[in-house]
Amino acid sequence: MTYFGDVAALARKDLLLELRSRDTLPAMLLFVVSTLVVFHFALPADSSDVAAGGLLWVAIVFTALLGLTRAFAAEREQRLLDGLVLAPCDRSAIWLAKGASVMAFLLLAEAVALPAFALFFAPVDVTLVAAVLLADIGIAAVGTLLAAMAAASRARELLLPLLFLPLAIPVIVGGVGATVADEPARYLGFLALYDLLFAILSWASFEYVVTE
Amino acid sequence: MSLRNNRGVALASTAALLLLAGISLAFFWVPDDVDQGFSQRIFYIHVPVALTAYACFGWGAWKALRLLWTGEVRYDLESYTAVHMGVIFGILTLVTGSIWARISWGVWWSWGERQLVLFLVLFLFYSAYFMLRYSTEPGPRRERMSAVYALFGVVLIPVSFLAIRLAEGFIHPTVFTRDGPQMAGSMFFVFCVCFAGTLALAGALYANELLGKRVDASLRELEEARA
Amino acid sequence: MIAARGLERRFGSKRILRGLDLDVGDRDFLVVTGPNGSGKSTLLGLCAGLLAPTGGTIDVAADRGEIGYLAHEPLVYRELTALENLDLYGRLYRVPERRERIGMLLERFLLWEARHERVSAFSRGMVQRLALCRALLHEPRLLLLDEPFTGLDPAGATLLDAELEALRGARTIVVSTHEPDRLRELATARLDLARAA
Repeated sequence: MTYFGDVAALARKDLLLELRSRDTLPAMLLFVVSTLVVFHFALPADSSDVAAGGLLWVAIVFTALLGLTRAFAAEREQRLLDGLVLAPCDRSAIWLAKGASVMAFLLLAEAVALPAFALFFAPVDVTLVAAVLLADIGIAAVGTLLAAMAAASRARELLLPLLFLPLAIPVIVGGVGATVADEPARYLGFLALYDLLFAILSWASFEYVVTE
Repeated sequence: MSLRNNRGVALASTAALLLLAGISLAFFWVPDDVDQGFSQRIFYIHVPVALTAYACFGWGAWKALRLLWTGEVRYDLESYTAVHMGVIFGILTLVTGSIWARISWGVWWSWGERQLVLFLVLFLFYSAYFMLRYSTEPGPRRERMSAVYALFGVVLIPVSFLAIRLAEGFIHPTVFTRDGPQMAGSMFFVFCVCFAGTLALAGALYANELLGKRVDASLRELEEARA
Repeated sequence: MIAARGLERRFGSKRILRGLDLDVGDRDFLVVTGPNGSGKSTLLGLCAGLLAPTGGTIDVAADRGEIGYLAHEPLVYRELTALENLDLYGRLYRVPERRERIGMLLERFLLWEARHERVSAFSRGMVQRLALCRALLHEPRLLLLDEPFTGLDPAGATLLDAELEALRGARTIVVSTHEPDRLRELATARLDLARAA
């Protein structure tokens, strides 16, 4: 199963790089907490917990964006993607590995964000955690592909949010719905559907995004 | 490559005929809608334009798929032009929908109008398509990325629609509702005429723009060869 | 090994290569020369499969795992050590007896002592030597070297000379360079892109 061997080697590389440079993850952690604090000041007095729940998802998506912008930073700066693309491994392995590391960073950021949210705003329940996990998959899948696209363009950091946000709208709907609606199951199901569709599409099309 | 845009001219004439006929029928012949009265007539423009936009995005995605499958360069231009048409008709959808909302309810925008919200999301998505193209060097890389993005768009359409419907479960319930027109036979006929007209118009614009772009490309090649 | 017909590559509106015909036989040693901007790097990129032609065709009778490519950029991760870099590429290229091969190359290119240091601490010459190790790691049938002598210190240059001498006749080699005289003895074919334009 050399495919997963490749994925493991690449993912280990990404995590090792982050461990050495330590720039992305601390930034994400600080960013998500800062955003939550900003939200406190942005919510008028009579806002419900429900509104705060909605804003939590905004925080998650923008923190993810922060992480994604850095996702291909090393490869972009040193043209290293060429080195990976030349290797005989399947290009989708690059996507899977990078997506896994993005997911890892997201999970760590949320491990801080959710307790902070519970502390500042409202308690967090199992449904919310499930929604966050499902949403992370979709965000990582689509975001990694889009980050690779943006890395190839001139506008880079500017382009990624523009590409990502329209595709993030269904994730937000699913997440907020699972957080505040009466029947969270529908929304969790929707998130799962989104994940399935877009993960498959991203996996299949990554090759075309990084090669000529 | 011939410079005579025969197909485009044929389509344009067809479009002109159909649209003229359709709009006249819509305004003068077809009976008033039972529920909404005269203002409902904008439906005969709004919905065909919306459906045509979907058709353009679908066509663009099809051409994108062909590009990824065969690698032939011409599909890139075709896909791009189709998406461009889709965005034009999308903007028209938003405008006509907004006018209809104004006429029906006195507001220029209603989040309860699912079609309208969907087109807003799609407009954002496909605008990013153009940003992607403009900020990438022309070449095989840009062609492939654009194609992949166009495919994402076509998957996004149903997913977004589902999302918008689901969002109504927790977003402030809509005050305004509108029953779909109960389409009598005559109404359906007029609708079809208008729809055929907008499709023909899209086809004409598509053929025209494609030709123009191809001429530009040839011109550039000739200048280059001369240099 | 490599056959190109009417090969063309443009970037935006600028055409870098136009109508190039090329034949490189198995185990040939091709030296490509030409001024900056004549398309040496572009040609190598096309041979490696990193770039696709915008006109004409190119056929390379080697798959990705059989091609060793040294680009302008060293293609090594700065925050990883030499060993970690080569280990990653060794895995991706499915190099058999990976550890031994890596050790051997590091020693040959005088990087064994520095193997646990991060590439960011390397000198330019050391980085280039590591990049060479990376290109040679999987014993490629086709070696594409884009100005490999750039940035090499004299010791490194001697090592590269020796390496090319050893590989000549056993592999197909394409080297682009500013110093064609250096390789005059080894070359079996020459391509001057300034004249081919």
